[in-house]
Amino acid sequence: MMSQTDETPAVAKRRDNNMAESNNQSAETKLSDVHKRIKAAFETFDNAANNTVDVREIGTIIYSLGCFPSQADLHDFIAEVEEDHSGYIHLDRFLPAMTKVLLEHKFPPIPKDLLLQAFEVLDKDNKGYLEPEELTKYMTQEGEPFTQEEMEEMLTGLADHERNVIYYKDVINQLAIDPDM
Amino acid sequence: MGCGMGKSELQLKKCDRVSISAPGACSRLQSQPKCHAHCEAATAIRAALLIQRWYRQYVARLEMRRRCTWNIFQSIEYAGEQDQIKLYNFFGFLMDHFTPASSERNLISHIFRENEICRDIEWERYFCYKSIEVPESYTGPHLTFPMTFCGVSKLMEAFKHKQQLHARYVLQILGETWRLLRILPNINYVSVCHNQEITICGDLHGHLEDLLLIFYKNGLPSSEKPYVFNGDFVDRGKNSLEILLILFGFLLVYPNDVHLNRGNHEDHIVNLRYGFTKEILGKYRVHGKKILKLLQKIFSWLPLATVIDHKVLIVHGGISDMTDLNVIERVDRHRYVSALRPTKMSQQAVNGSKSQNSRNGEAGGPVEGRRRVYSLTHHSPASAQRHNPPRRSLHNLPISNQLSWSLEDELKRRRRLAGFDQSYGEMNKSESDSDSEPAGTETDEQEWKQIVDLLWSDPMPQNGCIPNEVRGGGCYWGPDVTEEVLERHNLQLLIRSHECKQDGYEFCHNRRVLTIFSASNYYEVGSNRGAYIRMGPDLVPHFIQYQASRTCRELTLTQSVGWTERSALRALREQLFVHKSDLISAFQEFDPNNTGMISLRHWASATETVLNLGLPWRMLRPQLVNSTKYGMVDYQQWIRELSITEPKLEISDTSILETMYKNHSNLETIFRIIDTDHSGSISFEEFRQTWKLLSSHLQTEISDEAIADLAQSIDFNKDGSIDINEFMEAFRLVDLSAHT
Repeated sequence: MMSQTDETPAVAKRRDNNMAESNNQSAETKLSDVHKRIKAAFETFDNAANNTVDVREIGTIIYSLGCFPSQADLHDFIAEVEEDHSGYIHLDRFLPAMTKVLLEHKFPPIPKDLLLQAFEVLDKDNKGYLEPEELTKYMTQEGEPFTQEEMEEMLTGLADHERNVIYYKDVINQLAIDPDM
Repeated sequence: MGCGMGKSELQLKKCDRVSISAPGACSRLQSQPKCHAHCEAATAIRAALLIQRWYRQYVARLEMRRRCTWNIFQSIEYAGEQDQIKLYNFFGFLMDHFTPASSERNLISHIFRENEICRDIEWERYFCYKSIEVPESYTGPHLTFPMTFCGVSKLMEAFKHKQQLHARYVLQILGETWRLLRILPNINYVSVCHNQEITICGDLHGHLEDLLLIFYKNGLPSSEKPYVFNGDFVDRGKNSLEILLILFGFLLVYPNDVHLNRGNHEDHIVNLRYGFTKEILGKYRVHGKKILKLLQKIFSWLPLATVIDHKVLIVHGGISDMTDLNVIERVDRHRYVSALRPTKMSQQAVNGSKSQNSRNGEAGGPVEGRRRVYSLTHHSPASAQRHNPPRRSLHNLPISNQLSWSLEDELKRRRRLAGFDQSYGEMNKSESDSDSEPAGTETDEQEWKQIVDLLWSDPMPQNGCIPNEVRGGGCYWGPDVTEEVLERHNLQLLIRSHECKQDGYEFCHNRRVLTIFSASNYYEVGSNRGAYIRMGPDLVPHFIQYQASRTCRELTLTQSVGWTERSALRALREQLFVHKSDLISAFQEFDPNNTGMISLRHWASATETVLNLGLPWRMLRPQLVNSTKYGMVDYQQWIRELSITEPKLEISDTSILETMYKNHSNLETIFRIIDTDHSGSISFEEFRQTWKLLSSHLQTEISDEAIADLAQSIDFNKDGSIDINEFMEAFRLVDLSAHT
């Protein structure tokens, strides 16, 4: 620590804050920040301001915190935190479970290149794009299938308007992960 | 032979081992062994899983943004409604406590004054259209009476082509409607015949294109196609009058098959603030005032509820634990002209109005009046304090314990308060009351509450029934109240409107309550769909959703969220800007050493304290604060970066401006109230008095010089009067970032 005798209070304060926000952040502050993030996301769906959210919104909350769980992951998570099939999840149970998820990086984001490979696998003929029918077949029949509504929305959102195909390389870049999350 | 040995075989084994729910386990997808069908299929599955996961995450993030945007719009909307009530309550308070000589009182007394003419027959003379000539130059539709289906169709066609109906015909239709409504009961009991379906629509709010879209998709009203319109036909949209005329037209042609319920916006006081009054005066410069007056009567005569097959109750807002349809059936509904009508004038203040007016129901003793304001917010202090108040509620101010107080103290206290809460009502109740209460005030109060509850309440997820502090009227009611009330009346479903829903409709309370909202793009283009219900004799609701405006139908999810979001953020930035002095003070409290920087945590906390919108500021932070250094915000710079510009005005005292911006809507409301002859302009003196009135309502002192200065600077016509519209326009804040 440098001598503080020649620092103005303002500078000292800034320095202190800078240090606090650096990587050497104390575990406590880090934990507190994680809690705040979780609560903020939770609050958005807590319509009645009573620290509960509808279980159907949990997926959205978890995703918005930067996690990429699969549907199966979500089911497991929900089973852990739901209040006896009431259809509601209380912050008291959500907070510790979600904190663990975040601190342990349980559902990490998908790296861009892996995503690209995934598309390339589906693009059997190596065309550089996917026909809507191709994508639909996979999305609605394999893995954790989309509903018809999800599929329609995906096509509307991702397909090139003129050619009506999905240029997946462009799409991946367009929908890049928000660094702020 | 397909796969090579070694490496690919290893990866093949990896494929086998990888489970669906361990996303990171396989670090590389195998793209090589195309001839190995098993591996290929497994790889394809994993690829699909990855893409699905990725895409769902993306959609969820959009949903989060959409939800935040929604919260913003809704908070600002409800804060506005609250403001309206606060303002009106304040006037009521003034009315109660100021002597007749007071100029402030005179300014606003006319809105509480009894009508000069008391009997319907005299009203009819006043509203008579016969003396109004339709000039040769008029190119709009001509109507003949009695109203026919062709007449209404003609009207609709004309409106589609943006034509305006002549005042003569407007008054004629309204006159006929008024006559019809007077013989309708408070509750319409309707039956769905065995081969019919009934259509139920929610709020329209002046969105003509939505009404036309509904008719296009569903067909026009007729004896074979009955309709229920569940209130809030007017305000906000720009075709409120056209919607009314069409609905009234169909009502006149098919009185047994078209049913209109009153909404909380079918209320002339609310209309002052939310645009309907302005619309009428703008469209009808000569006869607007008469039209408004007649509409005031019509609104008070609109039925309050519709019941289908004794099983489905349809009301605009909702219910409370006290809701009793038997009581509702018996009230004289037309006496309750406005839910926001505050106190009656005290006996000594009656300005020589004819005393028989009190029979007509628009007068009453002072006590009754006070009680009414009291009950407007469904007072139940104990339960309200036990709950965590809904986030969007008013400041939860401690209820005053003072029992002895002076008028001056009270006024001072009110100036300190940011707004009103139950304590106001409580204060009134606690003061000693020597006036004798006319018999029947008790009943009046109950009736009043019943009606306000029907028109203003909202459902909530928790059990119970608490005052609706967000809106300022009616209550929040829970699933237990739904069960109890429905059962008590032997009903199975409650259909209501009043709240905008993203998909146009929403169930709650175990599917016993259904909200239906028919104004699409309500907050902004792309913000929400509208919907209507079709219901057959089985009384099972079917929904049809739509979104007016072709542009937004073609928007992708991303685009529509983005568009709405930008709009919401603009609105929010404006709110932040108009509160900048308060914000800076709040920030400075967290910055005792005057570094000019505060942490993001403190930023969020201070912002919420000042704005009190109950928004998740931490979530919104990335959208509102561009530059942060190590988690700190330079708050002065941030305020500058809000990039809202104010109009350049040549006035010496600019402190008045912030008050102006903050109270934009209140100011406009007060202007319109003062503009007694609905001319659209007020005199300098009235202008000055308005500011004086406003300054008693707020804690700001506004000097006479500042006011005179302001008045001079915006007297565009240089004739000593101020055009209200021009004035409000001149003070519109401009968001520079609107163009990015």
